[in-house]
Amino acid sequence: MYLQNDLPVIKSTNLNQRKECSMENRLVTKHGQSINFLNLKKSRFYGYWKYKYLVLMFIPAIVYYVIFHYIPIYGVTLAFKKFEVLRGIMGSPWVGLENFEFLVTLGSFWEVFRNTILISIYKTVWGFPAPIIFAILLNEIKNAYFKKTIQSVSYLPHFVSWVVLSGLFIQFLSPSIGPINIILKNFGLRPIYFMGDARWFRSVLVGTHVWKELGWGSIIYLANIANINPEIYEAAIVDGANRFKRILHVTLPSLSPVITIMFIFAMGKLINDDFDQVFNMANRSVLKVADVISTYTYRMGLGQGEYSFATAVGLFKNIISLTMIVITNSIAKKVNEYGIW
Amino acid sequence: MNNKTTGPGKIFDILNALFMILLAISTLYPFIYLLSLSLSSQDVSFTKLYIVPPKISFDNFEMVLSNKYIAYGFRNTAVRTLGGTALSLFFTTFCGYSLSKKYFPHRTFWTSFIIITMFVNGGLIPTYLLVRDLKLIDSYWALVLPNLIPTFHMVIARNFFMTIPDSLEESARIDGANDILIFFRIIVPVSKPILATLALWKVVWHWNAWFDSMIYTTDSKMHVLMIVMRRIVLEGLANTMDPESLAHDETQIVNPETLKAATIMVTTVPVLIFYPFIQKYFVKGIMIGSLKG
Repeated sequence: MYLQNDLPVIKSTNLNQRKECSMENRLVTKHGQSINFLNLKKSRFYGYWKYKYLVLMFIPAIVYYVIFHYIPIYGVTLAFKKFEVLRGIMGSPWVGLENFEFLVTLGSFWEVFRNTILISIYKTVWGFPAPIIFAILLNEIKNAYFKKTIQSVSYLPHFVSWVVLSGLFIQFLSPSIGPINIILKNFGLRPIYFMGDARWFRSVLVGTHVWKELGWGSIIYLANIANINPEIYEAAIVDGANRFKRILHVTLPSLSPVITIMFIFAMGKLINDDFDQVFNMANRSVLKVADVISTYTYRMGLGQGEYSFATAVGLFKNIISLTMIVITNSIAKKVNEYGIW
Repeated sequence: MNNKTTGPGKIFDILNALFMILLAISTLYPFIYLLSLSLSSQDVSFTKLYIVPPKISFDNFEMVLSNKYIAYGFRNTAVRTLGGTALSLFFTTFCGYSLSKKYFPHRTFWTSFIIITMFVNGGLIPTYLLVRDLKLIDSYWALVLPNLIPTFHMVIARNFFMTIPDSLEESARIDGANDILIFFRIIVPVSKPILATLALWKVVWHWNAWFDSMIYTTDSKMHVLMIVMRRIVLEGLANTMDPESLAHDETQIVNPETLKAATIMVTTVPVLIFYPFIQKYFVKGIMIGSLKG
């Protein structure tokens, strides 16, 4: 059978094909396996042997992705199970959509859902236009050194994590030692407990978010402004357009594609919240207005040990989030022929 | 510019510059305020604002730095940052290099196998259970392994390696060197800028990471600096600060606010010091990232 199968292969091997399998072919022939080898070479998996060193470099990555990405993805089945500690994820019994049914009837979940969307909308309303305005105004600065310095300063908060910034703002906004409240008190006004007052807390979240990301968010707009053809500006000057008219009729229209894209993506991220920020800044007294999906998942899951329920919440959010990414990406492609994939 | 600055244009320039200065001050002021608070003596009064405290004292920093949990925190952060960055750089570039080769078997399949994980993930609970089941709790591996290969970094590395012309590798290939040797002898030396960028990203990521330490380490000696800081500042000072190191002088008044400020400064100063040097690498990074991969 061995010979019968392989002989025709040899027969049909013309000169060109022989040339192709020169080096390795001979090497293997020494081990007396040339016939087998010719078949192997046709195999789709031959490349793994031929480029074994390259494959060797890739193996750690496969192991990593399987263990730390694909196993947790499998672990999402927990959302359809009732977790039992002793039996693990695989052994726990299936319960179908029970966790989700519980989820949608739970008042606390919808409150959290509402908080997440509301905070995201506020952040977009304030945080989206701010970097654009900043970029346009910064572009009008003539002194290159001054411009560079402002830019560098504005990026700084982006590099400081929310844990640190939360500590910082808890002191900065404190009613007893914070400078804002010291000023208020010096004017004879009552101090405001920004961090502990449910009426103020969302504003604090939005304000500190804009403060942190203003400069960093402007990079993409600044880069696009830098790419505008200077001849357009020169033409506008010849036509007698002043500064404001140039911003209005040259800079802004040139930015509109990137603004559109960024806006579509911002819409796609409405369901996403900033765990680091909310988790570190919030406290018991503002939980009602501050609790978002990720902090809720954390509290329910790791805090109260409701693993299945928390996984269901996480999956619910991920599905919405993924759907929105897909939708926004296809809208972005239609508008601009440019998407993330 | 050759156009003459006219009246309203000049006013706009001045207002614009003033606005920018104001913006810069409002960005920096919280940091300056905290620095000044941390350098204040403990009996400072909070009725007036000042940039330079009336009495500069380093007592707060002395106290914070002599706290043994802060010392553990520094050690743990250093270990995870150095070890984690080195391992991460290694495997990220290995993976990126192999996928950069057009002849890599089933390249498209393996690339999408990895890219998919950027959009689909298990989420908090399954990942936590995995780390727990792997018995990684309270070890440095729990802080290093789950983020060993950041997919975005891998893609950046792969794209860079793809731009290196094959002719560069040819001579070594004729000499019979294998892909691993070629990677270290030829690719690494010409990729230093991208390697430096990836390393810096990872260093900053590790320095700032705190959540993994909070959920994966239960032993307070294993907590990273950010968690120690978090416990002192956010969860209240009393039970965290080592009572012995605080009360060595009983007549001393301990002011928690200045101490908290000093603790925050300790975790922030390294970032502030290195920031001017590393900033441009990050800007470059976002420019690469915003281009289509």
